[in-house]
Amino acid sequence: MDSNGDIITTEDLVKKFGDLVAVDSVNFEVRAGEIFGFLGPNGAGKTTTMNMLSTIMKPTSGTAVINGYDIVNHQNEVRESIGMVFQDPSLDDTLTARENLEFHAVVYHIPRAERAGRMKEVLEMVSLTDRADDRVETYSGGMKRRLEIARGLLHYPKVLFLDEPTIGLDPQTRYHIWEYIEDLKKREGITIFLTTHYMEEAEHCDRIAVIDLGQIIALDTPERLKDDVGGDIIRLETEDDDAALAELKERYPELEMISDPECKLCFERERGEEFVPELIREFGVKIVSINIHRPTLDDVFLKLTGKEIRDDSGDRKEAMMKLASRTGVAPGSRGNRRR
Amino acid sequence: MEENTVKEIEEQGPELESAEEYLHRTSFQRSLTGVYIVWLRDFKRFWRDTPRRLGAFVQPLVYLFLLGTGLQAAFKVFGAGETKYVTFMFPGILGMTVLFTSVFSSISILWDRQFGFLKEILVSPVPRSSVALGKVFGGATTAVLQGMVLLVLMFLPSIFGFHWETLWKALLLIPLMILLALAMTSVGVAIGARLKSFEAFPVLMNFFLMPLFFLSGAMFPLQGLPSWMDFLTKINPLSYGVDMLRAVALKGVTLTTTSNVASKLPPEVLAKIQSDPQLATALQKVFPKMPTVQTQVHPLWLDVVVVAAFGLVMLAIAIWQFNRQE
Repeated sequence: MDSNGDIITTEDLVKKFGDLVAVDSVNFEVRAGEIFGFLGPNGAGKTTTMNMLSTIMKPTSGTAVINGYDIVNHQNEVRESIGMVFQDPSLDDTLTARENLEFHAVVYHIPRAERAGRMKEVLEMVSLTDRADDRVETYSGGMKRRLEIARGLLHYPKVLFLDEPTIGLDPQTRYHIWEYIEDLKKREGITIFLTTHYMEEAEHCDRIAVIDLGQIIALDTPERLKDDVGGDIIRLETEDDDAALAELKERYPELEMISDPECKLCFERERGEEFVPELIREFGVKIVSINIHRPTLDDVFLKLTGKEIRDDSGDRKEAMMKLASRTGVAPGSRGNRRR
Repeated sequence: MEENTVKEIEEQGPELESAEEYLHRTSFQRSLTGVYIVWLRDFKRFWRDTPRRLGAFVQPLVYLFLLGTGLQAAFKVFGAGETKYVTFMFPGILGMTVLFTSVFSSISILWDRQFGFLKEILVSPVPRSSVALGKVFGGATTAVLQGMVLLVLMFLPSIFGFHWETLWKALLLIPLMILLALAMTSVGVAIGARLKSFEAFPVLMNFFLMPLFFLSGAMFPLQGLPSWMDFLTKINPLSYGVDMLRAVALKGVTLTTTSNVASKLPPEVLAKIQSDPQLATALQKVFPKMPTVQTQVHPLWLDVVVVAAFGLVMLAIAIWQFNRQE
């Protein structure tokens, strides 16, 4: 941790695969003890950034400091400071959960005397104690994920990296995993760095970096990001829309109506939840329905990038990235990112 | 107070080690435990995979008994007389088993990459050299275990027979097998460390392994070959490996036999002639058809040195490959 309380600091981190710039001069700080989220569509450069931070990949240029150690020059110290939960499973299926943890304990130099206790502790935390001696191949997807999180915590890392921690899991399991993560932050005070393309998941974060096409385009708390989009959208339906419109204009001259042929009485307003009770208290026209739409991170992303986060377009990008990383040749379609 | 501290330090003096020494010792220990745990996991995986274990033991038997017996009979048909071809082939099959198992064991790296476990290893603070060494030891262990099963077969009457001498040879063969297995697994790990395609692995391996195997002298003696082939066998490191095993296994064994002319001599006379190099050469000059199978091409020390040096170079490449980062 440096004097500002930042546990991760990056300096112009760049990763190129041939001509493709996967991560384009990224700069950010992660504060000790926070849940920091990387939000963006698949192929935006989230995993590549994480792979560089976790020393799996070497940056093309730039560097980062984690827990006081440079990711290029002090890889071993960085590796000891972090726990990693990868997007794709990384367990040995033919070993039992306990054996997987044991392997981890040895490669992370956990003293023999402490191993059993720590393994018991993390297994209990993810409720896998009963199944600890079963081979991992008999586990469900959610159990495997929990085991991976447990494993990532076994060596008491300063930072836990979670790459798409709940991808492909059912909502219930997803909920449980988030319970663990928030509990972890509270109990252990550990810093959590995660990537996601689920908006609901980004809401759990203390701060979010929105990343697209390899660049960070916004970085703030979820609330403030949403505030930047604008106020709440309020949509009224009344028995006499023209009269209602006149009354609105008279009472709130500053209101700007949103021009949408499908919605005569739509407008934007800060703190909609306070505005609406005030409005209906003395409104002359009979109101049929009121709808308040709070800006979501989807709206944030839409406003920032002009597109929605969607799985399908992302998968294609991901496939292209994989192709590029394997062959070293960039696919031709992303001219704007060529250098 | 101060005196006390000084006294304490003086008393403990010899047991204290400098911080540097301590760090050095622990980092060395850490590297060793890294090697151990990577090895242990690979071994567990092998041991739990029953079909793999069984299949691995059956293959050499097929070569030895089906191919060996068939060729032994074929040589008789071609006029070579009675040969002990199966006995001749035994050290070759031993070498082949060690070669194939060793090199192919590195496919475990590709599996680890495919199923993500390699990332768990590579993101951990265990030195990459420990990972490479652990993989080399893991593959070599399975290869040597298979070789050991074959060693039991040495005691069959059709091969070396049930003698004290056979036991002595078997014991001598173990360290040589270990050396060969370590060298050949290093080849596999050097190739497997960076390879990503499952399709390419067997193709690449067969491309290298089959010529290596055929030019090693495992199946036929490396004598009387055309000069180009003779040259290739000389630069094939595996031929030194097979030569090494053969030198020990076939020591004092008379493989041949008998050409048609020599077979007319009484066996005691023939044995006497063959035991004396000068007489044997003379006999060969008189009856050029008389075959003398060489059981050893190079001196044993040279075999061991070549295999060890080759292994070390391959190990260095394997470690270097593991150290490279995307």
